[in-house]
Amino acid sequence: MSNTKSKLDLHLIFPCSDLAVRATLLNLSQKLADYGLSQEEIGSVELVLAEVMNNIVEHAYKDVQNGIIDLKITMEKNGLNFTVSDTGHPMPKGEIPMGNRALLDCELDALPEGGFGWFLIRDLARELRYQRRGNKNELTFRISVGLPEILDG
Amino acid sequence: MQLETQTRDDALIIRVMANRIDAAGAIDFKDSIAAAIKDGPYRVILDLSTVSFLDSSGLGAVVAVMKLLGAKRKLELASLMPNVEKVFRLTRMDKIFTIHTHTDDAFPS
Repeated sequence: MSNTKSKLDLHLIFPCSDLAVRATLLNLSQKLADYGLSQEEIGSVELVLAEVMNNIVEHAYKDVQNGIIDLKITMEKNGLNFTVSDTGHPMPKGEIPMGNRALLDCELDALPEGGFGWFLIRDLARELRYQRRGNKNELTFRISVGLPEILDG
Repeated sequence: MQLETQTRDDALIIRVMANRIDAAGAIDFKDSIAAAIKDGPYRVILDLSTVSFLDSSGLGAVVAVMKLLGAKRKLELASLMPNVEKVFRLTRMDKIFTIHTHTDDAFPS
């Protein structure tokens, strides 16, 4: 085995803000590139996490001060497993929004400017689960990426 | 957000000088573009060659810019990097916008 890197096992804790989300994604992208993921794979991870965490900033922690986002990432043979937690408001009706593809067959003024987030998450992530545990929201999912350097060993 | 603009034939070319159009930058992006497109020509070509990441907030901001231009002007996109192109493709927004591989392709000789 030529690979000397340790298995990816990350735990990131950061304040709930758009800028902290951006900084976390930039940091994570660099780490994933070091682990040999392609730019396309990193792009998918970054997009799903951005949508999940933007929702936490915008909805779960709406009108809440000093919210914290907790992100755990572990590497398995079938890809990267993610657990994203917050202590904000629960999901509406206690479940993950459907996230249907927005309808675009309409006039210019009626084109949607939002509502793409859950559609993109559901499209790119697998085994998406939501649980409310006490005062905590916990979202888990997997993204199938190759991790060639690690798994070839 | 820093923009570089250039008028070419019947079009205003706007080059976004940023790597990301995300939730932290979407409003800034929209406001900057709104200032740049005032009283400009009929066609506006948004050159995204420096943008490596766009999320749904960024996508929403691009849609908002198209609405700002109204029905009489036209927003076209150019030079999308793969991870940006993917967001347009997955949401089928690639059917709504005219997308050029390169800005030069928007000007057939």
